[in-house]
Amino acid sequence: MRTPGSFSDRLTATGTANALELRGLSRSFGALVALEDVSLTLRPGERRAVLGSNGAGKTTLFNCITGDHAPSAGSIRFFGEDITGFPTHERIRRGLRRTYQISLLFTDLSVRDNVYIACRGVLRSRFSALRPGRNETVMASTEALVRLVHLETVIDTRVSELAYGEQRQLELAMALAGAPRLLLLDEPAAGLSPTERGELVEILAALPDHLGFVIIEHDMDVALRVAGFVTMLHNGRIFREGTPSEIENDPDVQALYLGGPDG
Amino acid sequence: MASIADTAAAPSWYARIPLAWWITGLVLLFMPAFAGEFVLYQIFGWTFILGMIALSLMFLAGYGGMVSLAQMSIAGFAGYMVAIFGDSAITDISQGWPWYVTIPLALVLAVLFATVTGWLAVRTEGIYTIMITLAIASAFFYFTRQNYTIFNGFSGFNGVLPPQLFGVDWRHPVAFYYLTLFWAAFWFLATLYVSRAPMGLALQGVRDNPRRMAALGYNVTAHRVAAYAVAALPAGIGGILLTWQSAQISPGTAGIGPAIDILVIAVIGGLRHPAGAFIGAFVYVILKTFALDILVVLGFDGERFNLLVGLGFLAVVFWSSDGILGLWSRWRTSWGRDRLRFPGRRTP
Ligand SMILES: Nc1ncnc2c1ncn2[C@@H]1O[C@H](COP(=O)(O)OP(=O)(O)O)[C@@H](O)[C@H]1O
Ligand SMILES: [Mg+2]
Repeated sequence: MRTPGSFSDRLTATGTANALELRGLSRSFGALVALEDVSLTLRPGERRAVLGSNGAGKTTLFNCITGDHAPSAGSIRFFGEDITGFPTHERIRRGLRRTYQISLLFTDLSVRDNVYIACRGVLRSRFSALRPGRNETVMASTEALVRLVHLETVIDTRVSELAYGEQRQLELAMALAGAPRLLLLDEPAAGLSPTERGELVEILAALPDHLGFVIIEHDMDVALRVAGFVTMLHNGRIFREGTPSEIENDPDVQALYLGGPDG
Repeated sequence: MASIADTAAAPSWYARIPLAWWITGLVLLFMPAFAGEFVLYQIFGWTFILGMIALSLMFLAGYGGMVSLAQMSIAGFAGYMVAIFGDSAITDISQGWPWYVTIPLALVLAVLFATVTGWLAVRTEGIYTIMITLAIASAFFYFTRQNYTIFNGFSGFNGVLPPQLFGVDWRHPVAFYYLTLFWAAFWFLATLYVSRAPMGLALQGVRDNPRRMAALGYNVTAHRVAAYAVAALPAGIGGILLTWQSAQISPGTAGIGPAIDILVIAVIGGLRHPAGAFIGAFVYVILKTFALDILVVLGFDGERFNLLVGLGFLAVVFWSSDGILGLWSRWRTSWGRDRLRFPGRRTP
């Protein structure tokens, strides 16, 4: 694994650089090619939807960007810095965040503790042996994040006792901890009720303008309401890119996805 | 349940301590008023020492999910360092440095030893962690037994005595009782405290969900290694006190048998709470001290002591995967007044 870049590398990397730049990203699992030659550019603040049927490689794409999987080929630049060989935690400390398709939460801990762990993770004091003081700023930002996703009434409830939709909201709160610069949201609306979907769209729309995200979403309505640009994956390759209306009206896409057997 | 919110919102920390804990504390504090020297020195002194070493395992296994069989070796290593750099009857080897140099030095070296152990062990999981730490423990045992220039081989060191600090003879039963009680209480409370501090929360997070922790910015490997380093402190102090208690340290002190005894103690007591380490140690010391007499009275061979420990171990593990503490907490819950709180969850 390469050592993370120096401070000056990072300094020159900011500014005009793209938020995310994937070049020829590929990933295979044995004989299965889950991702093939994916190139993608995201400007700072840009919001992108990734569409594609089950098994198209969407989650694998996220896993490569966060470092959960090493790509078989290709490179990843994050705000100008080549992070291809970085361990996951180094990517997170640079402002990359993600949520999981299947919630990965600390189910024995309270909502507050989950968000608190997330807030601490991106601070230098993440391994402090001292308990947080009553007035510590991390405690305040923890509570602010919980309010942001409307979980304040269950803040001291154990996560295993939360409703499914509430767990999805908690996933989002944990991804917003610290100073995120780019969010990867893996099907955040899956399994939510129509009301909860509406709330999610509102939360996403209310995020600060400079904070971009990539959202994987099967529900076209949700995807098209929060994202200005769409990338469609099919069999691990980029099939189409375009504005929501271009994608919606593309006959190939309609044939493949919207009108397709599992559309 | 326990939460970081407890610290933030607690009006008075002492109001939340269950009555049973106050009573236990008071009894332990005034024990010398009614207990004899044998009980103070052999039963409780030994319980507190083994409890501290088992506590270091509880910290790693209970909070971190890493079962290390090397904790007794780390304790023994600290004991050896005090004998080698300080005073012993083996004047050819012992350097005779003052206690305020040897004790910190012994602890620093024990932390280093533990860090290397952790660095090797954290790349593995489950049974492989047990195997690699067992390998380290046996390597340490055979090395100390065969090395005569530093570790004085088979016979080790005798005449290793605590310093006459404040004009107190610290091997006097009452003084030794308070010395071991102090350090046992210190590490017990420190472990409780740290379990809800970022260090402990992060460790429990790494145990339950390492992938998620990495995605939150935590360096999972570094935290695991750091946990080994931190756990070396109670183990190291326990090892030094153990050496002073018997005034000697030899390969057998930290052999494979004692390494497994520490695991048995921690599991019998319960890995979910620091109190388990001391409860397990107490049961072990009582059995080890009196089982022989009981067996002889009943007409059995006294050598069968280990059989009794083994049966007790089986019984506890059979009835409760969380040791005696687990049994106790279930009993309390069934009576609807469980006030002992267990942070963390079922351990592997
Ligand atoms: N860890 C893995 N090991 C083996 N195959 C995997 C793994 N992760 C994903 N795959 C395979 O890669 C393909 C793409 O999966 P995924 O990225 O999860 O699809 P999507 O998120 O678009 O539904 C699937 O065929 C899946 O079975
Ligand atoms: Mg997926």
